[in-house]
Amino acid sequence: MAELNTGDGGGGKGGKVRSKKQNSKVDLTAMVDLAFLLITFFMLTTSLSKPQSMDLSLPNKDDDPNKKTEDTKVDENRTMTVMLGGDNKMVYYMGLLATPKVGPKDIAYGKDGIRRELLKQKKNVLAYSAALGKPKNGIIVIIKPTKKSNYRNLVDILDEMAITGVETYAIVPEFTPEEAKVIDKK
Amino acid sequence: MAKIKMKKKSTSTDMTAMCDVAFLLLTFFILTATAKVPEALPVDMPASVAISKLPDTDLAIITVGKGKVFFDIKGREVRKRTLEGMGAKYGIEFSEEDKTKFALMDDFGVPITGLKQIIDMKAADRTKANQPGIPLDSLDNQLKEWLLISRRATIDLDDKELQIAIKGDAKEEYPKIRKIMDILQDQKINSFNLVTGKRGRDF
Repeated sequence: MAELNTGDGGGGKGGKVRSKKQNSKVDLTAMVDLAFLLITFFMLTTSLSKPQSMDLSLPNKDDDPNKKTEDTKVDENRTMTVMLGGDNKMVYYMGLLATPKVGPKDIAYGKDGIRRELLKQKKNVLAYSAALGKPKNGIIVIIKPTKKSNYRNLVDILDEMAITGVETYAIVPEFTPEEAKVIDKK
Repeated sequence: MAKIKMKKKSTSTDMTAMCDVAFLLLTFFILTATAKVPEALPVDMPASVAISKLPDTDLAIITVGKGKVFFDIKGREVRKRTLEGMGAKYGIEFSEEDKTKFALMDDFGVPITGLKQIIDMKAADRTKANQPGIPLDSLDNQLKEWLLISRRATIDLDDKELQIAIKGDAKEEYPKIRKIMDILQDQKINSFNLVTGKRGRDF
């Protein structure tokens, strides 16, 4: 073994070897720190790994084609139709397509696009309903996903409904020829 | 003169007990945490602001991605019962070992005739097996049968209605999703969950 003791050459006063007093306690602070760090990690990952989910309720589908369905008449001033096209595009209009109050206009997803418009129209409709004496009648949004639209578009638009607080909306994948023309042109 | 001896106070506290507790908790959390198994069909979920979480039990997840449909049921007993039911329906015999293995595995996407092969594989091989998806055309709608039988099994075992969640890939086209929704609605399931990722309100 390599000798590292260099202080031995002094002759040694009295020749007494003083052994250093060893502390029997180990400092556990770092170990506890580590343990708590890991606890935090495992606690958070167990509860955060659960996926999020969005509830979706669809109206009852009627199997019986002979049964006459009663059409619910809604005020066209309250309806907003949003058509989801391909390439993350969408077109919206208020009222009827033949005599639209607003649009049909192209609009983008997100905060500055559809959300601003939804909030604006929601306010307009509420003011309109209040003038008629029925302040509880809010906006009705009809979502029409085309065959080209993808799942993200659908979730995004449903999400906008949740964010803007639109309570009445429907997913209707049926298009009149006029509507198909408008969405295909884009 | 009497010398007053000051007791020397140690500045360091005894950490032993704290360390014990910390490791006890750590062990608990490690053991309760479930290891994440790679999914047979990885999908990129669209994000939403929804904050409700999916339940752990009595849940069926339909995964849609790349044009394929995979199916997963949570809860071992329900899985066993469902496999029994499916075997009886399609005339395929599943052994007790098959059922136990099936109870422990995750999502799958094969026609019922190929299920035995998937059950016999190791967990790591299942993800690489290139499963073709569950058939759901009108002639051979196996997804419908899976749903029906698993719902029945849940009612038998837990006296609860099975919850259905759709986990779709963001790029999946709408008609495919619509088809799944139609199958659900044909069974009068009008309320279900869409599994999404998470995002803030200000995206």
